[in-house]
Amino acid sequence: MRPFIQFESVSKAFGSVTVVNALDLAIEKGEFVSLLGPSGSGKTTILMMLAGFERPTQGAIYLDGKRIDHLPPYRRQMGVVFQNYALFPHMSVAENVAFPLEMQRVPRAEIAERVERALDMVKLKHLKDRRPSQLSGGQQQRIALTRALVFEPSVILMDEPLGALDKQLREHMQLEIRELHKRLGLTIVFVTHDQSEALTMSDRIAVFNAGRIEQIDDPQVIYDTPRTRFVAEFIGETNLIEAKVASVDNHVAHLSLGAGLSARAHAGNGLSAGQTASFSLRPERIRLGAAPEGSNALDMTIADCIYHGDHMRVQLTHDDFSLVARCERLAGNWTIGASVVASFDPSDCTVLTQ
Amino acid sequence: MFRALQITFGIAIVIFLLMPIFAILPLAFTSSVFLNYPIPAYSMRWMHELTTADVWRTSIVNSLIIGSGATVLATVLGTLASLGMRKGALPMVSLLRTLFLLPMVVPAVVLGVGMQIFLVRLGLASTYLGVTIAHSVLCIPFVIVSVSAALQGIDPSIERAASSLGAPPVTVFRRVTLPLAIPGVVSGAIFAFATSLDEVVLTLFVAGPNQRTLARQMFSSIRENINPTVAAAALLLIIGTLCLGGLAALLRWRQKRSALMTAPSAI
Repeated sequence: MRPFIQFESVSKAFGSVTVVNALDLAIEKGEFVSLLGPSGSGKTTILMMLAGFERPTQGAIYLDGKRIDHLPPYRRQMGVVFQNYALFPHMSVAENVAFPLEMQRVPRAEIAERVERALDMVKLKHLKDRRPSQLSGGQQQRIALTRALVFEPSVILMDEPLGALDKQLREHMQLEIRELHKRLGLTIVFVTHDQSEALTMSDRIAVFNAGRIEQIDDPQVIYDTPRTRFVAEFIGETNLIEAKVASVDNHVAHLSLGAGLSARAHAGNGLSAGQTASFSLRPERIRLGAAPEGSNALDMTIADCIYHGDHMRVQLTHDDFSLVARCERLAGNWTIGASVVASFDPSDCTVLTQ
Repeated sequence: MFRALQITFGIAIVIFLLMPIFAILPLAFTSSVFLNYPIPAYSMRWMHELTTADVWRTSIVNSLIIGSGATVLATVLGTLASLGMRKGALPMVSLLRTLFLLPMVVPAVVLGVGMQIFLVRLGLASTYLGVTIAHSVLCIPFVIVSVSAALQGIDPSIERAASSLGAPPVTVFRRVTLPLAIPGVVSGAIFAFATSLDEVVLTLFVAGPNQRTLARQMFSSIRENINPTVAAAALLLIIGTLCLGGLAALLRWRQKRSALMTAPSAI
């Protein structure tokens, strides 16, 4: 039994430039999967291949057990939401939403009823006779979403649909799309370069870099245990620590960090004594002050302290070794130049491949 | 000071451009038989002559027939050419585009001689069809320029959206591309008609006595028996051209306004 959507070693090249490289990706029915990556990482090309606007150079794409990569877009039954909405400017809101139903030759009376119901769902029924140009960006986005949903496609594809909205509206729409996904059990493939958007909305995130998937996991695993340096740096903020492994026993690696400091980290497979490896340590996992039992404790000096409103970012140094910590507030007697003990659990320090 | 100079210079240029037109127009209403000033008295006799004399009336009808034919032909062919050059499916599109626009820059005399030889071979010399074809060659570039600009203004993702919503290519064209490009098509057609209306040189080469157009008739009447009917004909042509120009400007204004309004606004 094949997964609902399956990419089987799909490659795409434009001329001599390979944009997607031997991609394998499986998405289950009802899943919300985000394709996250910087621009040029191939994520939009993958979406366009799924929608049928681009053809893979190699490989096969399956939907519900059937091979679809040779089908034109209009035979794929996918609702696509574009970054610039792509509403038909010469049609009213109701005509826009009715368009996919007309294409399916749904009877006229049923079209009217379904358009009405769909517009009701996004609370925009009162705007049905307006032209898209008379709507605000958020309203246009909702209409584009409604138009992609109304013909009950098997998959909804979204290409950075919230990129043009301001921050507040974007966060509101994120919740709204998430809500729709849960209520209607939709399968959604969502392309974005905004990591916080991917973290809040998705069931799973596929992080892309240079045409390959670096890691695909649920948001928490992606954030807590990034597997590669790229993922650790692209998602959130992190301390990248280059350290020499002094010894490994019982899945605990003893590291020498340089400048006379040492720490313990949770060791993955394939880590051996004598080797140099990179580790990721999230700033908010570092505590300042008394170290709890069993945690790493480093004697550091506060080099700088930056106020961010809801948190502080503290720069810590010890000779040429430095860390960034994030804490809610600083105790009064810690000023720049003060000595402090920085502590973290060995399990929060994750080893990165490459 | 500099600003005053600018304005004065601007006005001077406008006067320079418009003076010849204003100089001839009052003569359409002269009572004299000579095409010169001073005007002894105003009269409608030359307007009357223009609308009743056989040569003039047939020439007006000819202009309308040939102009309409050339407009339809040029609009259809020019629109198809613009669509073909748009998708990027053809190799050497920029070369093709230059070729299609060539009739705008090639001297009309050269085109006329070539067209005459060509149409004689086809047995179309001195026929309405021949003149219509010759005119449409001159008109096509105007249609291509106008329609290409309109097509360029269409966001390709709108057509992609239509396609993903279940519309096969022909339906995408009929329901989305054409309705969005229609202002460009219409203004191309208007320019085509105006071009055909005042075309003289090609007509001299390819038209027989039966296909005399208004412009061609004015040209010969100046050489044969110069009288103020020419001024009356000029007035008619100018009014016609102004109407067409006004229509084109109106369309362009509406297109610009709708383009402004379709740009996605923040919030």
